[in-house]
Amino acid sequence: MSDGMIILFALIVLAGAVGGAAVMTWWERRLLGIWQDRYGPNRLGPFGILQVAADMLKLLTKDDWVPPFADKVVFIFAPTAIVMAMMLGFAVVPFGPGLQIIDMNIGLLFFLGMTSLAVYSVLLGGLASNNKYALLGGLRSAAQMVSYEVFMGLALMGVVMLSGSFNLREIVESQADGWYCISQFLGLFVFTVAGIAESHRLPFDLPEAEHELTAGFHTEYGGMKFAMFMLGEYLGLILISSMIVTLFFGGWLGPWLHPVIWFGIKTFIVICFFVLLRAAIPRPRYDQLMSLGWKIMLPLTLVNLVFTGAIALWLANGGTA
Amino acid sequence: MLELILFYMASTIALVSTILALTRANATHALIYLILSLLAVAVIFYLIGAPFAAALEVVIYAGAIMVLFIFVIMMLNLGEKGDRREKQLLKPKVWIVPEILALIIKFELVLDLSQSTPATTQGLVTSKQVGLTLFGPYVLAVEIASMLLLAGLVGAYHLGRRYLEEGREK
Repeated sequence: MSDGMIILFALIVLAGAVGGAAVMTWWERRLLGIWQDRYGPNRLGPFGILQVAADMLKLLTKDDWVPPFADKVVFIFAPTAIVMAMMLGFAVVPFGPGLQIIDMNIGLLFFLGMTSLAVYSVLLGGLASNNKYALLGGLRSAAQMVSYEVFMGLALMGVVMLSGSFNLREIVESQADGWYCISQFLGLFVFTVAGIAESHRLPFDLPEAEHELTAGFHTEYGGMKFAMFMLGEYLGLILISSMIVTLFFGGWLGPWLHPVIWFGIKTFIVICFFVLLRAAIPRPRYDQLMSLGWKIMLPLTLVNLVFTGAIALWLANGGTA
Repeated sequence: MLELILFYMASTIALVSTILALTRANATHALIYLILSLLAVAVIFYLIGAPFAAALEVVIYAGAIMVLFIFVIMMLNLGEKGDRREKQLLKPKVWIVPEILALIIKFELVLDLSQSTPATTQGLVTSKQVGLTLFGPYVLAVEIASMLLLAGLVGAYHLGRRYLEEGREK
């Protein structure tokens, strides 16, 4: 692609991601409603889809207020950090053969770097609010995200070993004769759990657990700044889903249909699965979350890593000992 | 040409944000500038052909170690009191000794740079090359680092355990 084409493509991806995140707010509520035997937002427009526009209007017209006791500059900066980091994360996602903003050799590491930078949004938001609930939420998120980041990265190393590359395009291409969700099912499981914890969505939304922390790190936020946090969260959800598809479900690969359509369908199914998890699983206690991470997830990841390495070496030596 | 512009932009950001990180009285602001400086250094790494180092700079330094720094700041929650105390510490005369030491290093650096030719890009350093050198010629350094980490882990476990047992007795 030429430079102009890449810029145009990047704009399309950004518009698609933000639009997708906006529609997700409605789709998630609708889906949750159906699974919980109620309607969800169904009044405005066909199937209630215009609810998105109504919500946006409400958030835009709200008073953009900064509490007098808050650290003003950091308070305003915090919600933008997560949106920026998540949007940058989309730069390395391969949507189809050749349809990638940057075909980076270290694409996978770039994605991990962007998700780890997103932590700052929650941390600084909690710290700048100067409110004890926000501070507690920020503290929780720091511990939760740093812990889950460790094996989020480690879980992916199995995929890297099998494909022999950090390049996301090459990882997709190496799945032509078998998706990694079969050989790397442990990696997939751990990455999915860590992905939910990283995007701090239910059931791992302890930084904002409303039954104990009112709203956690964004207690003091309202209007567009609150909307930025939500936008970042939904962008994160879409990003994690598209990464799961890229790394474990063969990315754009698939018969008959256009590759981009395959990518879209798979990502959509993974997103719906995340919503189902939210509807089905209760929120764990904080110490349960931490011990789940360090006592179950980390050993599982290491076992997966050792076995994958051994088998990869065995196969590299022609299947003989 | 574009690379040169990007390099000077990143270096300027790194320098300015490092100076700001040193002189801020508010610990949170200082840390944000330090994170910015680390990100700028990552860009420089990327530009001189070390993408793997750049990625690790973002993932480990900016994404994990600095998070722990901010975590500690949050735990202490000093607020205005800490800012005032820090302002008292940041008087002009405290800069004298560090400035002398820094000048010596600066002098050495200038001397060194004027004699040797600058190390320009030697092509792209791929992650495979980094791995091969780490587990080839530098395997001893990797082992020493892992021993150090193990010692840290055991120490943290010991401290945490004592704290837990004391809590149980109460």
